[in-house]
Amino acid sequence: MTEHVVIVGGGTGGTVLANDLADRLDVELAADDVRITLINDGPDHVYKPVWLYVPFGQREPADGRRPLDELVDDAVDLRIDRVTAIDTEAQRLRFNGTAPAVDYDYLVLATGSTLEPERIPGLADGGHDYYSESGSTALRDELLGFTEGHLVLSVIGSPHMCPAAPLEFVFMADDWLRERGLRDDVDITYTYPIQRVHGNPHIAEWARPIMDERGIEVETFFNAEEVDPDSETLTSMEGTDLDYDLLVTIPPHGGIDLIEEAGLGDDGWVDVDKHTLEAEAAENVYALGDTADTGVPNAGSVAHYQAGVVGQRLASEIRGRPATATYDGKTLCFIETGMDAASFVEFDYENQPSPAPPSEKLHWSKLAYNESYWLTARGLL
Amino acid sequence: MTDIEPDETVDARGAACPGPLMDLIGQIRDAEAGDVVRLLSDTDQSLTDVPEWAEEAGNELLAIEELDDHNAFYLEKA
Ligand SMILES: Cc1cc2nc3c(=O)[nH]c(=O)nc-3n(C[C@H](O)[C@H](O)[C@H](O)COP(=O)(O)OP(=O)(O)OC[C@H]3O[C@@H](n4cnc5c(N)ncnc54)[C@H](O)[C@@H]3O)c2cc1C
Repeated sequence: MTEHVVIVGGGTGGTVLANDLADRLDVELAADDVRITLINDGPDHVYKPVWLYVPFGQREPADGRRPLDELVDDAVDLRIDRVTAIDTEAQRLRFNGTAPAVDYDYLVLATGSTLEPERIPGLADGGHDYYSESGSTALRDELLGFTEGHLVLSVIGSPHMCPAAPLEFVFMADDWLRERGLRDDVDITYTYPIQRVHGNPHIAEWARPIMDERGIEVETFFNAEEVDPDSETLTSMEGTDLDYDLLVTIPPHGGIDLIEEAGLGDDGWVDVDKHTLEAEAAENVYALGDTADTGVPNAGSVAHYQAGVVGQRLASEIRGRPATATYDGKTLCFIETGMDAASFVEFDYENQPSPAPPSEKLHWSKLAYNESYWLTARGLL
Repeated sequence: MTDIEPDETVDARGAACPGPLMDLIGQIRDAEAGDVVRLLSDTDQSLTDVPEWAEEAGNELLAIEELDDHNAFYLEKA
């Protein structure tokens, strides 16, 4: 009997996994003992970290897009369609319209994050973001002509993709404005929902003095409640009002609705065992990347490591052996601290991060990683 | 034991800091004024995080109940 592995989501985690499995199970695929299907709701693979550079005019959105059929091994069946229902009892996925349902033996959910700006009144009209392709280009159009006033970067809600990216944005904006002789005419304020500037206390302790040194104002315990685009004011649940001229936010994030509808977890995140990545509420279902609720950052590096673990576990299960590979929480992040310097952190469930001193070399390492990412997606790195 | 009847419960047991506080804030955001939200958390950090945030946001922390392996926080939305 042919075992059918279905992966939903052709982003970082899903694509790395599909290629990993094609390599690992090449014999079984050739013998038709296994079939692998990757389903994505669009023909392109999108590499989101490029969006951080778009507002500063340093990258184009096209730099972060490649057709999935160029990246995915030919042994994988690629299907471009949006899954609209998951039935974990019948082990079946459904699509809109007349598209036939797909049955699976093993399901991996790698559907990533969805931006939900509509949860904050006024945000869609008043705020900018660099967490979507269209957001990053709209922000670029504003930022390139912004020469004076109050720039506010507000982190609304958590979890969100790449917890380092809000810090990176204000550090880069500060440096970029300095280089252009405009920093004295622009005030920068950074807001964060809890009592420090980052969720991880070690990263917060490292980042706060850099902000103070560079004159980046900080508002902690700031949970944005409402944006008034007419008066250009952002109000927090804690009762603080901030006037802005340019508002950049990390909008609220959620997963996809069908995860909750399938009873796999709340807010679109799948409840998983944080070591095995197996769904808690259903058999033969795994989740990885942003959609797996493990408590680690929503980062591409996490999705990459988790894909390796799920690949090993699935290969073992398909071969009838006990699955032993586990995920240890490993996370790697480069953190840009300006336009030509970056830091780097590495941590896991047991070990806390300790940010490296910012250097030009680390900045170039981040850019080099961004270029070589396409090899990662292909499963070569 | 408290006899406070919560309108909503957020079970953040197993989540690491600042997950429980963020889950609580999310629930309070959706609640009506006067609603009581109960947060279940097993991280000690919540014992400082939750009272500090309640004070900052002006919501009343009605009680903290110590249970076997976790704490229950009762917050009333202002
Ligand atoms: C500005 C920015 C900067 C970042 N910088 C970094 C960084 O420097 N380092 C780092 O490690 N991470 C970074 N990240 C985070 C990283 O991009 C994400 O964590 C990563 O993409 C998560 O991978 P994923 O596979 O879980 O989801 P994604 O890559 O988001 O892929 C999900 C895929 O699923 C598809 N999909 C969703 N629903 C359905 C459905 N119902 N049917 C079919 N397909 C569906 C989506 O279209 C998408 O293709 C950054 C993110 C942003 C926004």
